[in-house]
Order: sequence, then C-alpha cells, then structure tokens
Amino acid sequence: MTETQRSGAAEDDIIAVPLRHPWRWVSAGILGLLFTWLVVLLWDNPNIDHATIGEYLFNPRILTGAVTTVVLTFAAMAVSTVLAVIVAGMRLSANPVLSFIAGFYVWVLRGTPLLVQIVFWGYLGLLFSEIVFGVPLTDIVFLRADTNALIPPLVAGLIALILNQTAYSAEIVRAGLLSVDSGQREAAYSLGMSPLRTFSKIVLPQAMRVILPPMGNETISMLKDTSLLSVIAVLELYTAATRISSQNLRQVELLIVISVWYVIMTTALSIPQHYLEKRFGRGTGARDGFADRMISRVGSAVRTRREARG
Amino acid sequence: MADIDSDPLIRVRSVRKRFGSREVLKGVDLEVKRGEVAVLLGPSGSGKSTLLRCINHLETVDGGRIEVGGHLVGYSPKKGKLYEMTPRQVAEQRRRIGMVFQRFNLFPHMTALENIAAAPMAVLGRPKREAQERAMQLLHRVGLGDWAGHYPGQLSGGQQQRVAIARALAMDPEVMLFDEPTSALDPELVGEVLAVMRELAASGMTMIVVTHEMGFAAEVADQVTFMDDGSVVEWGSPGDVLARPKNARTREFLQRVL
Ligand SMILES: Nc1ncnc2c1ncn2[C@@H]1O[C@H](COP(=O)(O)OP(=O)(O)OP(=O)(O)O)[C@@H](O)[C@H]1O
Ligand SMILES: [Mg+2]
Repeated sequence: MTETQRSGAAEDDIIAVPLRHPWRWVSAGILGLLFTWLVVLLWDNPNIDHATIGEYLFNPRILTGAVTTVVLTFAAMAVSTVLAVIVAGMRLSANPVLSFIAGFYVWVLRGTPLLVQIVFWGYLGLLFSEIVFGVPLTDIVFLRADTNALIPPLVAGLIALILNQTAYSAEIVRAGLLSVDSGQREAAYSLGMSPLRTFSKIVLPQAMRVILPPMGNETISMLKDTSLLSVIAVLELYTAATRISSQNLRQVELLIVISVWYVIMTTALSIPQHYLEKRFGRGTGARDGFADRMISRVGSAVRTRREARG
Repeated sequence: MADIDSDPLIRVRSVRKRFGSREVLKGVDLEVKRGEVAVLLGPSGSGKSTLLRCINHLETVDGGRIEVGGHLVGYSPKKGKLYEMTPRQVAEQRRRIGMVFQRFNLFPHMTALENIAAAPMAVLGRPKREAQERAMQLLHRVGLGDWAGHYPGQLSGGQQQRVAIARALAMDPEVMLFDEPTSALDPELVGEVLAVMRELAASGMTMIVVTHEMGFAAEVADQVTFMDDGSVVEWGSPGDVLARPKNARTREFLQRVL
C-alpha cells in the first residue's frame, strides 16, 4: 500500500495552511481585558457586600418572586399568542368591520405606554366599583362582585400584560401570515381543503418560521416587563427584591441578585426557542447561529449519555 | 341508453371575467369530454390562466356558466335563482378538479410523501397509513419512489412538478388542469414531466393543459383551443389548428413559438 492510500487521501487532495484570523484573537483579547476590569471594579467595591448577595440569591422570597415572574411570563405569552392569531386573522379578513376593530385595537394598545395600561387595570376598581355579569341594559343579573375582590393585582397585571402583548404579537403573526406565498393557499384550495384547514395545516406552519424568532424576543421582553407590575404591588421578582431592600437598605446587592436570576431565566428561554425554530424550519436550509449549535451539541451529548446509560 | 360521451364533462359557456374595469375573459366557450385532452394556447395575457382558475373557482366569474360533471361551479341553482356557495361547498367541489401550477406550489414544510398524503388525510379523513401507502404508489407512478422523504427544496424542478402531479392525483380527481406545467423548468427537465402527463392522458384522465410545448400538443391533444385577448379565436383538432390554422392571429402566434 502506498502512503496516500493508507491515509485515505487522494493524490490531488488540497493540503494547504489554513487562513489565519489574527484579528479574532486581538479583539478577543481586548474584550477579555475589559470584562476582567469590569468584574474587578465591581468585586473590589467596598460598598458592595458580597455576603449579602450570596445570602439572598436563594432567599425564599426571592425564589417565590422568580417563580411568579416565570408563571406570569408564560401565562401572558400563551394567552396573548392565541389572541394574537385571532386579531391577526381579523386584520387580514375580508370583513371590513373585523379588520377595522383589529386595527383599532392594535393602534390603541401600541400607542399607549405599558406602564399606563398596567396602572389602568390596577385602578379598575376606581372606575367600576363592582362587576356585574348579566344582560346589558336590563335588570337581569347572574353574578355581582366587588371589583377589587374579583380582580386582585396579580390578575389585573396579567390582563394588562396579555392585552398589550396581543397587540404586538398580532403584528408579528400578521407579518408571518403575509410572508407565505399566495400560491400555497391556492394549492391547498385546489386540493379541496377548507379555508380553516388551509390556515392551520398550510399557512400557519409556514408562517411560524417567520413568527418564532421575534416571538422569542417578545418572550424575553415580557419576562423583564413583568417587573413593571411592581407599580400595582404584584409580588414578582423585582417587587420582592425592593421589599427586602427597603428593610435592609442593600439595594445594589439585591439588584445584582435579581439580575442574576433574570439572566438565568432569559438564557433558559433560548433552549425551547431553539427546538421550536428547528421544528418549524423543516424543509428549509436555514443555518444555525452559534447559540443554536451550542444547544444542539449539549442536547445530543445529553441524549448520547442517556442512551449509554441504558 | 344515454351516450355518456356526448355529454361533455366540462362545459364552459360564454364566460366573462373582469378585473376592475378590464375584461380579461370576453365570453369564452370550451367543451371537454370525459377522457379528452384539451390544449389551450395563446399569447401572454390572453386569459388562459384566468380561465383555468375560474374552472375550479379560484376566481369567480362575472358572466356565463361553468359546469363540471353536470354541476354548476361555484353556485347552487335553487328555484330558478343562483346562490353563491359557501367556502365548504366550494372546497367539496374542488376535490374533483386537480390543478398543477407553473410554480409547483408544493408545501415546503412537508416531505414529498407528506405533500401527497396531506389532502387525503385532511379532506377525505383517510387514516395516515392508508394515505401514505397510496402516496407511495403515486410516487412510484411518477418515477420518484426513492424520493419520498425529501423536502421540495431538495428536489429538482422536474421532480417537484412530478410530486405536484402526484399530489393532485391523490384526491382522485375527474379532471386535471395544468397551467404551463413545464415553463418554469430547465429545458432538460421538461421531458420527464411531459412523460408523466402523457402516461396520465393515456390512462384516460380528462385534462386541460395550458402549454407552449407544441410537440406535446400535436401528439397528445384531442382538441386545441387558441385564445387571444380574452376570446377563443380558433379551436379544433390539433391537425387543423396547429398544422392548418385558419386565423391570422393563430398563424402569427404559432410562427413565434415554433
Ligand atoms: N388577480 C388579478 N388582478 C388583476 N388583473 C389580473 C389578475 N390576474 C390576471 N390579471 C390580468 O388578466 C389578464 C389575463 O391574465 P392570465 O394570467 O389569465 O393570462 P395568461 O394567458 O395566463 O398569460 P401568461 O401566458 O402570461 O400566463 C392579464 O392582463 C393579467 O394582467
Ligand atoms: Mg398564465
């Protein structure tokens, strides 16, 4: 056997020195230095008490706040996404009344600050002291309840987040639906699919490719926007931290504690997003970014280990 | 006994269609018997696609009537009045009319097999296994038995168009409409699609084909219709229309495409 045969290389294989990328190393070095300096600056600061950070990182009130934040985020995103598909469908519908209502809704909710909407829902009790379920404009009443009892701050905050997010998500869904070629709809129709089937089996799955990446961003924004609910005293992560720091006056330490938690939670969110994007990217040659490759690698490593264990 | 063959499967009578103020079909007539292959010719913008789209009600017509298998397309006649069909009724009617598009319009998020099995499952409620077995048979019929698991993006244009034909056939249509099925293809891929269409014609499928492939028209068509500017200018056997066109506009068009 000759040398080339043994190594599995053909005679005309290209053997070249790979191109070097010196600037990658230089920029990495500079960034590393800057980062180290920042860490030292914070760590050496005599005004920051490291023990407090460690002490409160797993404080039950902080953990409860973090759980509340997660629950609020998921609940708000889940409900608002369903509503957004409906609002987007209405906006694109041939029915001018539906289209106008949807457009008006999006216009108003995107045109006012989220903070104002949250306070508005929080103060609903001032506007309507009681909520009555019955037939409007008649005396028939099924249920009568005190507004503040029926809508505690948590629910008011959730409603505010849902309604606001619906407006933004509806625009994302609408853009996604519009991105699907009209030939897809025609092909489905020509096969005898009903408009509803066409929407759910053909148009929506393809729109998801366009919808998912911005929706991932929206979820991350939502996670952080839940902190705005502190103005109506919902005990999520940020409110929990401010309650504690108002007692022990360790504001900065507690801000660091919750920042750690926010970063952990937003990082965790990128994992389901990766798998969803992969699922709906079927049939396209979309390339993975760095984070996607890392998640894929970790995911397959975990799977391999699990299989190896039996 | 009534002679079935004397009753056309598709009957288009003085169909008119406007887009805005522009009339793109100006009273078109066309009759295709069961098992016949009708080829539709005409310059760009003459209304060929619009006519096909009217036949399966992707467009509504403004005048005249279209019947497929004796049923009025898009409207239900009741007590001397016409009622617009609901989307559900229209969808049901379209099951019997297959359509193949110039740009294939395969579903990119589904494999070749899933593309073919999707409508039988969603529309006819066939169980997945049965639908996929049938899809596999159809893939073999169009010569793509080895490509079932490939996505449209991984197939050549000719392969995609053959999958699209199989997808339409999966609904067991009575009629197949082809809108320039080979004009988006590289020249060397045209033959494989035409071969499938020839086989289909030979098997007795009723077809209306818009195409500029004169060889195919001369060989396979039972009748040729030449359209220009929204009207039928000339129609007859391929021997007459293609070889001995009477109309000056037909002659001019044929000189350009041949
Ligand atoms: N949805 C539409 N809205 C407005 N005008 C349209 C629409 N669809 C088609 N038209 C017009 O109708 C006329 C006929 O179009 P059609 O697509 O039927 O022609 P065609 O014979 O198929 O041409 P081609 O060979 O280019 O496909 C054209 O002038 C076209 O611009
Ligand atoms: Mg056309």
